[in-house]
Amino acid sequence: MLSSILPGLSTLAKRGLAGWLIIIGAILVVVIVVMTAISPWIVPYNPTEIPSSPKILAPPSTQHFFGTNDLGQDLFSRVLSGGGVMLQVSILSVIVCLAIGVPLGLFASYAGGAADRVVGLVMDSIYAFPGLVLAIAIAAMLGRGVVNMALSIAVVYIPSYFRVIRSQVLSIKEMSYIEAANAVGAKNRTILTRYILPNIVPSIVVVATVNFADAILTAAGLTFIGLGVSVTIPDWGQDLTSGQRLLTSGAWWAITFPGIMIILLALGFTLMGEGLSELLNPRLEQ
Amino acid sequence: MSDENREKLHLLTVNNLTVEYWARRGRIRAVEDVSFSLDKGETLGVVGESGSGKSTLGLSLIHLVPYPGRIVNGTILLEGQDVLKLGKEKTRDLRGRRISYVFQDPMTSLNPVERIDSHFVELIRTHEPKITKAEAVTRAKKLFKDVGIQPERIDDYPHQLSGGMRQRVMIALALALDPSIVIADEPTTALDVIVQAKILDLLKTLQDRYGMALILITHDLSIVLERSDKIIVMYAGRIVERAPSSTLYAQTLHPYSQGLLKSIPNIELAEQKLTAIGGSPPDLLHPPTACRFWPRCPYVMEICKIKEPPLFETSSDHLVRCYLHGGEKAS
Amino acid sequence: MILILLTMVFLLIRVLPGDPVLLHFQHPTEEQLADMRHQLGLDKPLWVQYFDYLFGLFRGDLGKSMQDYSSIGQQIFSAFPATLELAIFSMVIAAALGIVLGVQASKAYNKPQDHAIRIFGIVTYALPVFFLGMILQLTLGLGLHWFPVGQRFSPMVQTPLGLNVGSFHFSTGLYTIDSLLEGNIYKFTQSLRYLFLPSLTLGLVLSGVFVRLTRSNMLETLRLDFVTAARARGLTENKVTYSYALRNAFLPVLTMMGLQFATLLGGAILTETTFSWPGLGRYIVDRINFRDYTAIQGAVIIFGIFVSIVSLAVDLLYAYLDPRIRL
Repeated sequence: MLSSILPGLSTLAKRGLAGWLIIIGAILVVVIVVMTAISPWIVPYNPTEIPSSPKILAPPSTQHFFGTNDLGQDLFSRVLSGGGVMLQVSILSVIVCLAIGVPLGLFASYAGGAADRVVGLVMDSIYAFPGLVLAIAIAAMLGRGVVNMALSIAVVYIPSYFRVIRSQVLSIKEMSYIEAANAVGAKNRTILTRYILPNIVPSIVVVATVNFADAILTAAGLTFIGLGVSVTIPDWGQDLTSGQRLLTSGAWWAITFPGIMIILLALGFTLMGEGLSELLNPRLEQ
Repeated sequence: MSDENREKLHLLTVNNLTVEYWARRGRIRAVEDVSFSLDKGETLGVVGESGSGKSTLGLSLIHLVPYPGRIVNGTILLEGQDVLKLGKEKTRDLRGRRISYVFQDPMTSLNPVERIDSHFVELIRTHEPKITKAEAVTRAKKLFKDVGIQPERIDDYPHQLSGGMRQRVMIALALALDPSIVIADEPTTALDVIVQAKILDLLKTLQDRYGMALILITHDLSIVLERSDKIIVMYAGRIVERAPSSTLYAQTLHPYSQGLLKSIPNIELAEQKLTAIGGSPPDLLHPPTACRFWPRCPYVMEICKIKEPPLFETSSDHLVRCYLHGGEKAS
Repeated sequence: MILILLTMVFLLIRVLPGDPVLLHFQHPTEEQLADMRHQLGLDKPLWVQYFDYLFGLFRGDLGKSMQDYSSIGQQIFSAFPATLELAIFSMVIAAALGIVLGVQASKAYNKPQDHAIRIFGIVTYALPVFFLGMILQLTLGLGLHWFPVGQRFSPMVQTPLGLNVGSFHFSTGLYTIDSLLEGNIYKFTQSLRYLFLPSLTLGLVLSGVFVRLTRSNMLETLRLDFVTAARARGLTENKVTYSYALRNAFLPVLTMMGLQFATLLGGAILTETTFSWPGLGRYIVDRINFRDYTAIQGAVIIFGIFVSIVSLAVDLLYAYLDPRIRL
């Protein structure tokens, strides 16, 4: 597998800045995913357990690289394993969006007419609404938990997929090879899957990466408001939330490290999104 | 007389000017090794097709080659001072005051959201801050008279003027500070034929009155044959022929110049064959090391395809870059 | 479109799994449930509720809070100005920062300064707004003691009163304006002090978009002929940048402000929570903690209407300012 990745990387690097953005972004994401995945084996302390004789609010030291929080838990271990929730939420929300948004976009815009207008109207309304507000409202109704968070984010994000797909489908629909396909009596379903879908995949990928980044930030936001996961599960958002109460005692380490991790993860996806969008729709900067 | 002294006598001396552009795909030499001189009150014609580097040459004279272009070699001596070595402030001061530039397209060269009078006020006051707004407007109105626009139009916005009028405004702006040199880049291309002649005549009249030197950049050889003192013919960034206009008309030596001459329609001939020059200009990204014109040259010889000819001097003041007129003969 | 929005919000709390009344209570008796349902009109048929809801909105009645049946409209009305003030200052900071940096970046095209500013733009987008808020609280607030870290106004000083002439009383609810109307400079500076960190936080996070927009607009405009012509006349770079290029970049910034407004409100919720800023955002979060679902519905509606009004205003403003129509 490595032998096929390296040539791929060098092609990307040759594409200039855009390629580098993708590479750096991907590295960030991969490193974090791997780190989270292997965390159970490399954590020096148990991140969920509350120690019996806690060293509360200890600043960073050789024993506790990132210090401890107000429950005496080692923050380094919590940071290593804290990405899980966010990754799960974002992956789940992307899957839901793809599963619902893509077919919806394809069918509504290809069919045109009333279906397109009605669905479009609903999508536009959701899109115009402040995303975070809506996500909070939905999450408030649904309750806490990974799945609920993912669903709230998905609902807010589906219109973005819809819009992008719709504009692409509309322009492709007019192209002559679609007419040609129709002329030889191809079924609609075939046209959609064999002609249109492959052409819109690049745009979908770009939207998906931005979706990932937004999902992470939204998940953090939801957690901050109290709509996240249960307090014991190690989660960066949770650490930030509980860390806020500790600010006045000067425990800067309680929020800094989890916060930086969130930034890095969101940044990773954002860079990939930037790079991909540059590659696929190069800006005409001469 | 030493060379140095001789150079100081000219108003403008350009030596070995080379300008490069860095595009994504590579390096393009838009202007290569161009040298010429200009004296007070003289008119120089610079002729070439689009892509020949003539506009880039014009802009280099005021050190305004736009990014990603860069002047990589050469000197531009204005009254003995190298323009390229002046600091930012001095360069800025020189522009519009000692050398002016009249752009090709008057429609896009004026600020659409500003009235004409503020164009003048801002120009004059930038260079001469002591002048009041009212004085600047007075001077502008006087210039309007010189270029033939009614003074009331000064309150208009650019889009309210016709193309010919806008070009006159550009010329007025160019003359506002009494420059020594005016560079006119395709001053008539965007205009219709009748207005073209008027504008060219206007330039001549103003030149007589103000005594400035004029550099006419154009693709139209006929214009410069009549109205300039000497001519440079450019092709693919190089000078291919340089001569006083009278000489050039009598003895057009370079095949390209000949081609240009033949493609000028002459209204007095009942029948004439207009011959366009076949082929197209070379790709400057990968310029041939040979003569750049050889693929289109009707007189091409073997040596032309191998080595680029240098400028041969056939008589005083007449230079040609062609093996037909010097150097190693055909094999 | 507003209608669809309102309908959606209406359906939101009634259609989603989970009965809001049931969820509100911890261990309710049947009586309590029935009582609340009746008080809030939730026992009526769905379509009756829907019309009540819409007509109520027209009258400005947003329903009753589940907590104590007090008027939600009243609560929202009192919390609204705080959010408005925060929103205005944040947007101004975001746009100003964006324009300044965008212009700098366009002038230093492809040089290190340009790249640094572009990176800044990307990073601010990936920054969780509440994290930034906390960092600012730590450094500028608790560390340097330059600014307060919470609340909207000093608890020891009376809040700005607005204009009081005889029996005529006028206040906007915006402390900055009200203190000026009152003529009290001390209150004015105090309100700014409290406003600074929250609006800086929100403004920074939003500025990235403006940086990018201004930069690309400037780059485009700086390439146009009349800019080169202006330079050829020897006009100073400052004049060229500001009079010529920036004027053309301004209008898109205005439109973008309208477009970003929705995002701003979302960020405001988190910012207000971080800084204990008593606005609509914190109101929603409080209501969530109290499981006061009718209040949440009311607040969400107001957010939606607020965004729609701003979008409409921006559209109108753009049509008015578009040079193609005016010049």
